[in-house]
Amino acid sequence: MPLLVPNRHRGKLIVVEGIDGSGKSTQLSLLSQWLRSQRIAVAFSEWNSSPLVRETTRRGKKKNMFTPVTFSLIHATDFADRLERYITPLLKAGAVVCADRYAYTAFARDVVRGVSRKWVRNLYKFAVRPNLAFYFRVPLEVAIGRILGGRNAIKYYEAGMDLELSHNVEESFRIFQGRILDEYEAMIQEVGFHVIDATGSIEEQQRHMRSIVTDELGLSLRNGILRASQGDIDAAQAAAVVL
Amino acid sequence: MLHKQPLSFYSEPLAGVDREELLGKLIVIEGPDSVGRSTQVARLRAWLEHEGHAVLDTGLARGALAGKGISQAKEGNLLGPVTMTLFYATDFADRLENEIVPALRAGFVVLTDRYIYSLMARAIARGEDRAWIERVASFALVPHAIYYLRAEVRDLVTRVVLGRGSFDHWESGMDMRFGSDMHDSFVRYQTRVIRALDRMSKRYNFVVIDATKTPDQIFRDLQRSIAKLF
Repeated sequence: MPLLVPNRHRGKLIVVEGIDGSGKSTQLSLLSQWLRSQRIAVAFSEWNSSPLVRETTRRGKKKNMFTPVTFSLIHATDFADRLERYITPLLKAGAVVCADRYAYTAFARDVVRGVSRKWVRNLYKFAVRPNLAFYFRVPLEVAIGRILGGRNAIKYYEAGMDLELSHNVEESFRIFQGRILDEYEAMIQEVGFHVIDATGSIEEQQRHMRSIVTDELGLSLRNGILRASQGDIDAAQAAAVVL
Repeated sequence: MLHKQPLSFYSEPLAGVDREELLGKLIVIEGPDSVGRSTQVARLRAWLEHEGHAVLDTGLARGALAGKGISQAKEGNLLGPVTMTLFYATDFADRLENEIVPALRAGFVVLTDRYIYSLMARAIARGEDRAWIERVASFALVPHAIYYLRAEVRDLVTRVVLGRGSFDHWESGMDMRFGSDMHDSFVRYQTRVIRALDRMSKRYNFVVIDATKTPDQIFRDLQRSIAKLF
């Protein structure tokens, strides 16, 4: 079964994956700044960002209405909306789209929640295959230390409390994230992740990422990609201020 | 073709559902828009209750989780085709797990106005991959009977004109602009839906009912067939 649809558009899709606390968002943000500094038109896309489905997701979470199947399907709906309305048009326009989490998040998380690997992989078959997918590998304890140090309360679904792994939120979170980590590790070959050692320094990780981007996309980043002039950048910033 | 107990899943069993516990009957009424399904569902329900059966009736986009979101999204005409398919699939799964399965456990007759077949037919009519959507929907229970109310697209057009008196944006597939106006788009889109349902007919064991008969005749056909399930 071919996994995901090849990207036939002018633009490029770069995604980062990893468990919570792996530092992937920081790295993606640094990468996109670097690309922008080369006048490449970069667009950002976060998981769970579609206003259309947000209300349904909120309702389900608030009232604990989700089952493994509906949880998986509503996230796929949200993803489809994001893809159809945002990612695909941007790729057609020739942008470099940077996505913080992609279909692989569902491959890991939804399987841990109890749907089959085969079913969830089929579910996302409509997705565009990324040009580059980075996986931030981090030991569970390091990630948990970062999360517990930096944030307030862990939310119900984030901790996988619906799976009844433990009555203790922190313990449940630990078990849940550990299982997600196992799923990520098991799919590295299958989905072709570029593995980044997320225990290294921020600078080291970023250097590694940039060198992979240059090696893999170097030529295509010089030709074909949508570029911005200083005038475009100024105009876009001015427009953003007005909005 | 009808089958009796026990119920089974197409290929992806739902977690936490023991088939042996499902004592009720699952009956599906399928068919394109405006073919007269809801009239028949209402009459069947009254008849079944009169016969002493407890009945749950349910239909697309009526679930507690996603029903509201779907209707809001449709109002704004903002749904892309894959998003719409998956939103309906979410609603279906929610109703299956939270309404249909509990009712079957309690021994109800579940009468459903459309099931995964319409959902799949709409997706296929919009050019989505048949194998993809079939696998997505494979967690569904195989019903005891599926009645496909079949009509040609010209019959549907007549019913829309005589009934509501205007074409509906979504029933016309206007999100995909199959034609330059609602009528042309309706004809092309519903033709595709009917073709997709026809193709499923054999594979999923539909009982095909000629929907151009009078509502009374159709009702008697359905009654005769459903009576054999008990």
